[in-house]
Amino acid sequence: MSGFIGQDVSRVEGPGKVSGSARYSGEIALPDLAYAEIVGAGIASGRITSIDTAQAERAAGVAGILTHRNLPKVNQVPLVPSLMGGPAPGETFFPMQDDLVHYAGQPVAIVVADSLERAQHAATLVQVSYAESPSVTTIDQGRADAYIPEKIFGGFVPGQMQRGNVDDGLAGADLRIDAAFRFAANHHNPIEALTTTAAWDDDQLTLYDSCQGIKAVQLTVAALLGMSLSKVRVLAQYVGGAFGCKAMVWPHVTLTALAAQYVRRPVRLSLPRGQMFTSCGHREEQEQHIQLGATRNGKLTAIRNHKISVTSPFDDWAEPAFGVASQLYACPSFEGVHRLVRGNTMTPTFTRGPGEALGVFTLECAMDELASELGIDPIELRLRNITDVDPNTGNPWSSHGLRECYERGASRFGWAGRNPKPRSERDGNWLIGTGMASAAYPVAFFMHTQRARAHLYADGTAIVQTATQEFGTGTATVMTQVAADGLGIDLQNARFEYGDTDLPTAGSPVGSNGAMMISAAVHNAASALRDQLIALAVADSQSPLHGTDPARIVVSGGRMAVADDAASGETYTSLMQRHFMNDAEAIGSWDPPPLDTPYGLLTFGAQFARVAVDADLGIIRVRHMTGAFAPGRILNPRTARSQLMGGMIWGMGQALLEGTHMDTTLGRWANASLGDYLVPVNADAPDVDIELIEVQDDVVSPLGVKGVGEIGQVGSAAAIANAVYHATGYRARELPIAVEHLLAPLRPDLAVPRQDAQPTAR
Amino acid sequence: MRPFGYARVTDADSAIAMVQESRDSAFLAGGTTEVDLVRQNVLRPALLVDINDLPLNRVEELPSGGLRIGALARMSDVAQAAGVVERFPMISQALLQGASAQLRNMASMGGNLCQRVRCSYFRDVTSPCNKRDPGSGCAALSGFNRGHAILGTSDKCIATHPSDVAVALVALDAVVHTRGSRGERAIPIDDFFLLPGDTPEQEHPLEHGELITAIEIPATPIAHQSVYLKFRDRESYEFALVSVAAALRVADGVVAEVRLALGGVGTKPWRARRAERSLLGQPAQEASFAKAARQELSMATPRPLNSFKVELAQRAIVRALTTLTNGDAR
Repeated sequence: MSGFIGQDVSRVEGPGKVSGSARYSGEIALPDLAYAEIVGAGIASGRITSIDTAQAERAAGVAGILTHRNLPKVNQVPLVPSLMGGPAPGETFFPMQDDLVHYAGQPVAIVVADSLERAQHAATLVQVSYAESPSVTTIDQGRADAYIPEKIFGGFVPGQMQRGNVDDGLAGADLRIDAAFRFAANHHNPIEALTTTAAWDDDQLTLYDSCQGIKAVQLTVAALLGMSLSKVRVLAQYVGGAFGCKAMVWPHVTLTALAAQYVRRPVRLSLPRGQMFTSCGHREEQEQHIQLGATRNGKLTAIRNHKISVTSPFDDWAEPAFGVASQLYACPSFEGVHRLVRGNTMTPTFTRGPGEALGVFTLECAMDELASELGIDPIELRLRNITDVDPNTGNPWSSHGLRECYERGASRFGWAGRNPKPRSERDGNWLIGTGMASAAYPVAFFMHTQRARAHLYADGTAIVQTATQEFGTGTATVMTQVAADGLGIDLQNARFEYGDTDLPTAGSPVGSNGAMMISAAVHNAASALRDQLIALAVADSQSPLHGTDPARIVVSGGRMAVADDAASGETYTSLMQRHFMNDAEAIGSWDPPPLDTPYGLLTFGAQFARVAVDADLGIIRVRHMTGAFAPGRILNPRTARSQLMGGMIWGMGQALLEGTHMDTTLGRWANASLGDYLVPVNADAPDVDIELIEVQDDVVSPLGVKGVGEIGQVGSAAAIANAVYHATGYRARELPIAVEHLLAPLRPDLAVPRQDAQPTAR
Repeated sequence: MRPFGYARVTDADSAIAMVQESRDSAFLAGGTTEVDLVRQNVLRPALLVDINDLPLNRVEELPSGGLRIGALARMSDVAQAAGVVERFPMISQALLQGASAQLRNMASMGGNLCQRVRCSYFRDVTSPCNKRDPGSGCAALSGFNRGHAILGTSDKCIATHPSDVAVALVALDAVVHTRGSRGERAIPIDDFFLLPGDTPEQEHPLEHGELITAIEIPATPIAHQSVYLKFRDRESYEFALVSVAAALRVADGVVAEVRLALGGVGTKPWRARRAERSLLGQPAQEASFAKAARQELSMATPRPLNSFKVELAQRAIVRALTTLTNGDAR
């Protein structure tokens, strides 16, 4: 290997993004392009009694309007996560098939016109009348009817799990922690809204779609429309952020295809920001009730966590909260139960560290409380419960590194010598506190075969291709590095090509799997091509490498040579020219290890936060965050750090700002805009310090890559909540943590009567 | 986007005449709120008359020690003007804590006073809203009202006035100069903002087509040392949960002169007159500040989700006054 893997390489697509030459799905120029606008249902539950489109039809530039009366029927397709490589609709429900309304914002009409503004205007002229029925949109409204589903999360996680006997573990404990938490719903809000441009050429459909998986889009649209896969091509090179809301394929994609078919011209649909709250899933409103039992010396005896959350009328969706929480610590018993409330919302979906982020939040806040109760340092408590095997199976970790994360994170952060007493540090009006939490995220093997093609030209330059897309994570850059190393050529001679379903199959990079699975296929393709050319050389009597053992040959800078004798070999170019070859090509593929691989599979990390809380006003600002992570081999420290930093700041948003709030009277989200749904801005972003701890992992993939997609967010919010406790003495029981939660605890001397009728104040 | 006409004029009389011609016409200045509302179908003008070329963008230091700010002066220019920074730091601070740098470069001072509320129900045309659609009801009364007002509310509307700089201007007894069909008027700023009462759709005492030409701030020596403190969930680019504009003169340990106004809690920029009266002649100490704050907020009508503002506003007032007495302000 020439060693580009692991180097700090700047983004290969950076100049295109900065200069504007990188084209996103909403920027593809097609002749005769028309624009679509969805009309969303104005009620949360009921029936459409009439739709009058006459005025809209007459509006200037309108090319056509589809409603449930004229939209063709689509096939029913089950909800299966896109990672698994099949059709992956975000919800089993498809709108505009009948007159029923199940959630506010559900598409009831789609209007197409010759300009975006005209489509938007005509959409306001569609008159829809409803017969409204009562709706349920919150846990509180549906709690009495909650049920335990058999399976959740697209049917591949059981609704409840158990290990050992939790009742016995709690009964035998010296100390118990019992805490209930409420979490506001979250929306992903990537800056690039979901956008589809659809064009038909006879019976062939081309979609330009801002998505996390072009293959999933191809499979889903083909399944819904009953089309051959060979007739659906999906393109997406650049995607402006995703965070899970582009992992599944939502109805608007197929609606756009149907609209283009109806008006017989290409159609673009870009969801307006308001509709981003009702079109592509969300993290469900949820509550978690955790109980811990522990011995006097801090050994866990039992963990029980019961979650309740709101799902849609059609699907049993809950993000799984108990994967990591059941594996992180040695504990003889664990019980996790998901309960669901059927509500008038769309089906929730993967959202930044789905499930595990909040499952770990709850566990890590409870661990902090336990540490306080026992008078043990929070890191020491975790070290007393650290496990070298997966407690669910007894299998050893494929790679670990958690101890190093604690040690090096603590050292960088300056944890040693911390005074554990709350309210022990002050800076003017600010109370200062520090907190930490463990982080972990699953490495899952649910993907199908990954393929890539390596193509080398006789001039020594190469293209390596696979059907993935760049949604800001750095995929294009790291895969160029992997390709160059696999082939043994210089970085500038390798180009990674992606974003087209006509390329070899890659899965949707979700669940932090992208770097692992795509690098495996790219590496295998590049290596296969290198091996092919080495084989040609050693068999060629005119080659200086004739007769050499291929295992002794290394390639660097496009030159094949015996490992310790650089002058011995020849270049790919000379070999290929001698053989009159214009180019050479190989396909590489990778199959994940089986699901019952006898290893525990988690990526580990540790998070630290220093916060400042205004001693009177309760304003919280994060001053510093340190994260130490062990995500296997680091392909590129720059893009890895960027992703981890983004995750940590998303965790800060989850802790302190983000929440979508339901107006139960109207049955819809009350703050569906980026002015009202707060995410951190640059002024909020603290100094973020990241330590990368490389652990060797020979199980997960040929390059030993685990992934950095989600681990940055896991534990981040808990470290902040624990720091808020340390600063103030107040234990947060609700996210986001808000000023109103802190006013009374901060100044118990000011006993002003309060009018809090509802516990959820945000 | 609904089709509408657009005209650009260079003199005030033409602008006024054009807008007066039709009920459905409106002035367009920076457009930082107005264009959004047109896009959202909340405002449905037939004609927008662009007044950005009118010569109304000067910031003049008056010999009296006051200031005259042209209605089309941009927020960012006003925030940096030497006369503002030196004579009225609370105005500069309020401006710099409002919106974002990009918006401040575009938004005008007159437009700032006329900006519409941020109530999400006002901005969503499918929700009931008495301000947008008189008589349709107020969804915020029982809805998600965490950011809504606790002072000056009515059972028709509880939307918070969103401006920061208007809070400072109210504290400073600014005067709004206008020009309309009946000539020029000078409106004391506290009268420029109407309480919602039974007519929340009426926000200002302006005739249709009456144009703001300038904002005049009288000389206010105590404002040379003044603060605008803004408290919010995130550090930037968010409207206030509560904000305080304050100036204070202490003589022999007692409050001799005080200006106090609140943002984020009122249906209009809220001059805290009760608190001011309570403070005069009292020792400049935290206990007096807290008592005055309590008196001001005793008039509050909180709702379950915004009741915290009653307490938060009091603590914010105390913080602002303490900041001034500690000499932490400039």
